[in-house]
Amino acid sequence: MNWRGVLVYAENYSGRIHRASFELLGKARELLPRISGELFAVTVTSENKAEEYSRELIAYGADKVVEYVVEENHLTNPLIHRNALIDAIKYIKPKLVLVPATPWGRSIAPRVAASIGTGITADCLDVYVDDEGNIVQVRPAFTGNIIAHIKTLTNPVITTVRPGVFQVPSPDYGRKGEALIRSIEASGADKLRVLRVARVKTVKLSEADVIVSIGKGVRSREDIKLFEELAREIGAQLACSKPLVDMGWMERDRQVGFSGNIVKPRLYIALGISGAPQHIAGMRDSKYVVSVNIDPSAPIAKYSDLFVVGDIYDVAKKILQALRNLK
Amino acid sequence: MNILVLIKPTPDITKVRFDVEKGVVDRGSASLEINPFDLYAIEVAKRIKRVFGGFITSLSMAPPHAEPALRDAIARGVDRAILLSDRRFAGADTWATSYTLASAIRKLGSFNIILCGEKSVDGDTAHVGPEVAEFLGIPHVSFVTRIIDVSVDKVIVESDFGEAYYEVELKLPALIALSRPVIFRDEFIEPSMPKVSDVLRAKKAKIDVWSADQLADVADVSKFGLNGSPTRVVRAYYALEKGRETRVVKGEEGVNMILSVLRETGVIS
Ligand SMILES: Cc1cc2nc3c(=O)[nH]c(=O)nc-3n(C[C@H](O)[C@H](O)[C@H](O)COP(=O)(O)OP(=O)(O)OC[C@H]3O[C@@H](n4cnc5c(N)ncnc54)[C@H](O)[C@@H]3O)c2cc1C
Ligand SMILES: Cc1cc2nc3c(=O)[nH]c(=O)nc-3n(C[C@H](O)[C@H](O)[C@H](O)COP(=O)(O)OP(=O)(O)OC[C@H]3O[C@@H](n4cnc5c(N)ncnc54)[C@H](O)[C@@H]3O)c2cc1C
Repeated sequence: MNWRGVLVYAENYSGRIHRASFELLGKARELLPRISGELFAVTVTSENKAEEYSRELIAYGADKVVEYVVEENHLTNPLIHRNALIDAIKYIKPKLVLVPATPWGRSIAPRVAASIGTGITADCLDVYVDDEGNIVQVRPAFTGNIIAHIKTLTNPVITTVRPGVFQVPSPDYGRKGEALIRSIEASGADKLRVLRVARVKTVKLSEADVIVSIGKGVRSREDIKLFEELAREIGAQLACSKPLVDMGWMERDRQVGFSGNIVKPRLYIALGISGAPQHIAGMRDSKYVVSVNIDPSAPIAKYSDLFVVGDIYDVAKKILQALRNLK
Repeated sequence: MNILVLIKPTPDITKVRFDVEKGVVDRGSASLEINPFDLYAIEVAKRIKRVFGGFITSLSMAPPHAEPALRDAIARGVDRAILLSDRRFAGADTWATSYTLASAIRKLGSFNIILCGEKSVDGDTAHVGPEVAEFLGIPHVSFVTRIIDVSVDKVIVESDFGEAYYEVELKLPALIALSRPVIFRDEFIEPSMPKVSDVLRAKKAKIDVWSADQLADVADVSKFGLNGSPTRVVRAYYALEKGRETRVVKGEEGVNMILSVLRETGVIS
């Protein structure tokens, strides 16, 4: 059996295609000359969106779009998406399957791998083809301390890729491609029902451009206001280390780190954060890191471009004062 | 309720050293403890048992020196701990790990609910929950932040899908992979240290150790361990510190430096 081409799973359960899907189409285009075959995008959609999605996916690089048209209430059912992806793999026989490593993608893709009987690597930061023509997947493990290069011996190679590591290609709405509709059975999917959206996220740190992040250096809940004001003044999102979430001072969606959000802003300002490995795992890829800590030996210094030894209250107040003077 | 908890014994990642030549953990560098996310699975299991009665079995695949971690699990409320331990299980990737765990679960009989952690602090893939569920042909939800309700035939949970939190109803038997912090009904769960009396009791408890042969009637033993693993770690190294050249400054100068960084990065004009 000949496994060729690349299949990109386009995530769209929320009603729009997740931008990571476009990033993967861009990456797949780049890999394709070394893998050969065509670039497929696979998506599960309601009837009224099918045409719009295929146009979009072709514009971003897909040669063929395979669409599974389902009823509205099945759009958010992960088991339906599992069924679709399994069907698509059996039908297309791609060499490589790329899935966004969002919580959604990381929940569905392993089921697909288990069912097909193939290997899967998680949350990759890169995918390349080596000199012998093998696909190699690069991923962090051990809470971000280790980087591993992984090969898959079976077909297809399934990889989930961390959102934001590859560029979104510029779309070309003049590109020609083909759209194909397939149907799937809802078999087994009734064991799970998505009842409703319980809570929409008020903040998506993974998309933030500038972040002010506070840690246990903050002494009381009341004091958070000062840092909130600082974040607001410079147009940053406010984030935090885990203890502040554990104490109930901050929402979980604002936590940075291994058990929180992985962020990659242009500027990360860490205030009163010591730099535990689990925190570093969430922010080490920030472009520029400023940290403020009274302890000159705090581990976060090593991960900072600018390390200010000082009191966070003092520094925050002085910056706010300076910003006011500028106005 | 027949409750199963998957527990991965993992090293303390702040202490563990990695043998980058061999691509494996240096076993001597840190002892094994319960994967922190799995502590939440144990706590949820206890609460379900409190409501319905029942029995909590834990299942782990690990080297023999994981035993203290399993005693800790018993001290925390697990009724029976099973350790799958055999050289033939070694080197398993997530596919082979999940295949082995699912085989053992089948051998153990039927469970109403299976609980596990969302991911481990070492392998960190978050694959094992979904893969085990797939092998068993049951539904699952990952990244669960809240157990809204459990009844004899279904469970309702809240899960982080990425874009938003969704409320999901699963028919039992089902598998739930727990995030942290996690809420059970209205209670905020925080694992606490076990009581001394429980630690002492756990010291004397029996841990069932199963070898590969004991699964031969329910599984294909050639699919265990490295042999059965479709993936290979071909290279591993410590993550670079991005080569940042840290500038260290103090006091007033620090404030001025931050202001100029804000200007240079275009955050303020
Ligand atoms: C550097 C490195 C990178 C790796 N990358 C990959 C990869 O990309 N793909 C791959 O297939 N394998 C990979 N592996 C192998 C993988 O770590 C092992 O298969 C591991 O046994 C299980 O995966 P995990 O630790 O990621 O578990 P996760 O899937 O993250 O664990 C989730 C939950 O499943 C349960 N669980 C997991 N393992 C066990 C167990 N042994 N016993 C009982 N319960 C368990 C626990 O409840 C845990 O909280 C990698 C290994 C290394 C050293
Ligand atoms: C499984 C697991 C997952 C985890 N996941 C995460 C995660 O996702 N995110 C995360 O952040 N942590 C995580 N942790 C916790 C992590 O290990 C640390 O405990 C945590 O990051 C510490 O937070 P902190 O730096 O705010 O607090 P601390 O380590 O207490 O540091 C506070 C710092 O503030 C400084 N300070 C105090 N007062 C002042 C002042 N007035 N001015 C300036 N500096 C001051 C101190 O010198 C110190 O360096 C996890 C742990 C585990 C076991």
